[in-house]
Amino acid sequence: MSADHESTYIPKTGIEKWLDTRLPIIRFGADYMALPTPKNLNYWWTFGGILSICLMIQIITGVVLAMHYTPAFNSTTNQAFDSVERIMRDVNFGWLLRYIHASGASMFFIAVYIHMLRGLYYGSYKAPREMIWLLGCVIFILMIATAFFGYVLPMGQMSFHGAVVITNVIGAIPVIGPGILTWLQGGPAVDEPTLKRFFSLHYLFPFAILGVVVLHLWALHTSGQNNPVGILIPKETRKRDTVPFHPYYTVKDGFAAMLFLIMFAVIVFFMPGSLLDPSNSIPANPLQTPPEISPEWYLRPFYAMLRAIPNKVGGVFVMFGSLALLFALPWLDTSKVRSMRYRPAMRWFFILFVICGVGLGWCGGNPPDVQVIKTDALPAMPLFDGDLNSFLWLARILTFYYFLFFLVIIPWMGLRETPLPVPESISAPVLSHGEEKNG
Amino acid sequence: MPAFTPIKRLIVAAAAIALFATPALAARTADEPKSPPGGYSFNGPFGQHDQRQLQRGFKVWREVCSSCHAMHLVHFRDLGEKGGPFWNPKYKSTDNPVVKALAAQYQISDLDTTTGDPIKRPGTPADAFPSPYPNATAAAAANGGAAPPDHSTIVKARDGGAEYIYSLIAFGYGKAVPAGLKVGPGQNYNPYYPGDLGSYYTGKGKVPTGGFIAMPQPLKAGQVTFDDGTKSTLPQESADVAAFLDWASDPHADERKEMGTGAVFFMLILAGLTFLSYKRIWRNVAH
Repeated sequence: MSADHESTYIPKTGIEKWLDTRLPIIRFGADYMALPTPKNLNYWWTFGGILSICLMIQIITGVVLAMHYTPAFNSTTNQAFDSVERIMRDVNFGWLLRYIHASGASMFFIAVYIHMLRGLYYGSYKAPREMIWLLGCVIFILMIATAFFGYVLPMGQMSFHGAVVITNVIGAIPVIGPGILTWLQGGPAVDEPTLKRFFSLHYLFPFAILGVVVLHLWALHTSGQNNPVGILIPKETRKRDTVPFHPYYTVKDGFAAMLFLIMFAVIVFFMPGSLLDPSNSIPANPLQTPPEISPEWYLRPFYAMLRAIPNKVGGVFVMFGSLALLFALPWLDTSKVRSMRYRPAMRWFFILFVICGVGLGWCGGNPPDVQVIKTDALPAMPLFDGDLNSFLWLARILTFYYFLFFLVIIPWMGLRETPLPVPESISAPVLSHGEEKNG
Repeated sequence: MPAFTPIKRLIVAAAAIALFATPALAARTADEPKSPPGGYSFNGPFGQHDQRQLQRGFKVWREVCSSCHAMHLVHFRDLGEKGGPFWNPKYKSTDNPVVKALAAQYQISDLDTTTGDPIKRPGTPADAFPSPYPNATAAAAANGGAAPPDHSTIVKARDGGAEYIYSLIAFGYGKAVPAGLKVGPGQNYNPYYPGDLGSYYTGKGKVPTGGFIAMPQPLKAGQVTFDDGTKSTLPQESADVAAFLDWASDPHADERKEMGTGAVFFMLILAGLTFLSYKRIWRNVAH
């Protein structure tokens, strides 16, 4: 695919030669796997491969689960809930498929967050890789939507009331919101029509993700992999600095994937309940709101930002704004150096950003008025509508940092910091031209 | 739009925040559930259900709980599946004589295949446990307005799982109601039942933990006679029925853990081999 990556494939057998002049699909595959890849990629780079495995696992288990699932729900029967339970009880290895699929969503998000933070740390979104990043952001948003639709399907208490909260959030968008709300719910409230369209969309979106993944990889093969040093590999040192993707990275990604799958298996086989909210094992009851509604862990940072803003429309803008900022990142960053390995000051802001993300997730899983530090010793510190020692204010402070990081720190640091000298090539251990910054 | 000075902006922001102030949410509390003495056999990564305990628990469930609580997702045949209370390796679950005899004691609503008239017929292993009430409204009407929850998924639907059920029925009832706590008619104070008693408490000091449960004390000592001679104390009956409900919530849990041990062992070997391949392929590349 890469313009300057010569094809090394030589058709050997008769059928290969015949096919090569008609549909060079074997050449395509061979060249695809021979992509010159920087030889210094560390284990943070293995999550791309792990994510494609996650997507395949979700699609395969999902297709089988869909054979047994019934998207039906009304005031007297909850066939959706019962059919999921039937899968867990009566379908051969249904429990395994369902636990893989349900835990798989969490695994997918663990991997995607690491993958995105890796891109952020090593500046993988910077020129000439903006398209890879933008397509990745599209995949992330499709993943959020798919996960949300999927979470509603078992029609437990949290499924139903989560659907009510989130569709109403979208309904709060000025002008277009109410229309989208009716379209999403398929009526005036969350009911069977909502479930049916969520099921349809939950089946559709993974294939949309797959399509964007193809574009994501196409862009990757065009501009080449970034690497921990963050430099573009000069033509002269390409031979020394790169290895063919196969077998070097298939085996390294394979090893990392095995470790990831072992963690996955431990959760599926020994603690499948640890990632599931007990209230979602209660069949949905529209008349009884659960005491606390919170999404799965991977959506909690965004939920915390939504709740941090005292105005519903404002909250919706902040939540969608936090995602929209990701698309603007390549143009917000003014730094000439990609990798934070050579940006010691920026590294601290990055670490704070990771803590901020985890902290927002923590806030999203706790009621806003609950104390962060559980104590009676601290005096009450009311500020506007809440105590300073509450998840409401912690979420506000962290939301503020989230936006500060993208809108101020990233543009400003690139202009003001003094980065460390960057090596000229991956193989050059000695920094011969220390002062030169690489572009 | 006139330019706002920073001070004016702050005032506007403060007013906006004050306007949309969210009301405080209720804080639910409950006592930490206890484990039965020695803990449950099925806890931990290799823990399995004890078949004798499941049989005792089933007896408690059948003689006590099932008069109000349904369990519509569990079928008689499930009792004879591997890991179930009456599993016997000699029989398929649907041929298991204990299961067949048990199912036949129940009357199942059906339609006469020739006349179409509604009839009652004896149950078969393929039938699900019949519900004690015809529908949720009838169940609620017969129980002071709150339908007893279905027991099919009760353990996985509660924080604390089997330990919670055990503590709720073995130790939650019969506690002295804290002074200053107003218990309404048809309600029972239970420190293990999650709730927020703030608005019912006028006593001194901290609001008591726990909540009000509509279910009256369901079990008492000696209520069930165990076939295996186990003394039927209240904690014993409670521990056994909670173990049975744990099995009913996730009947494949034991099979799952068994398979997991093999799967993880296999994957560890595969990971080791992949690592060796990685070392070998990269041996001549400085990186």
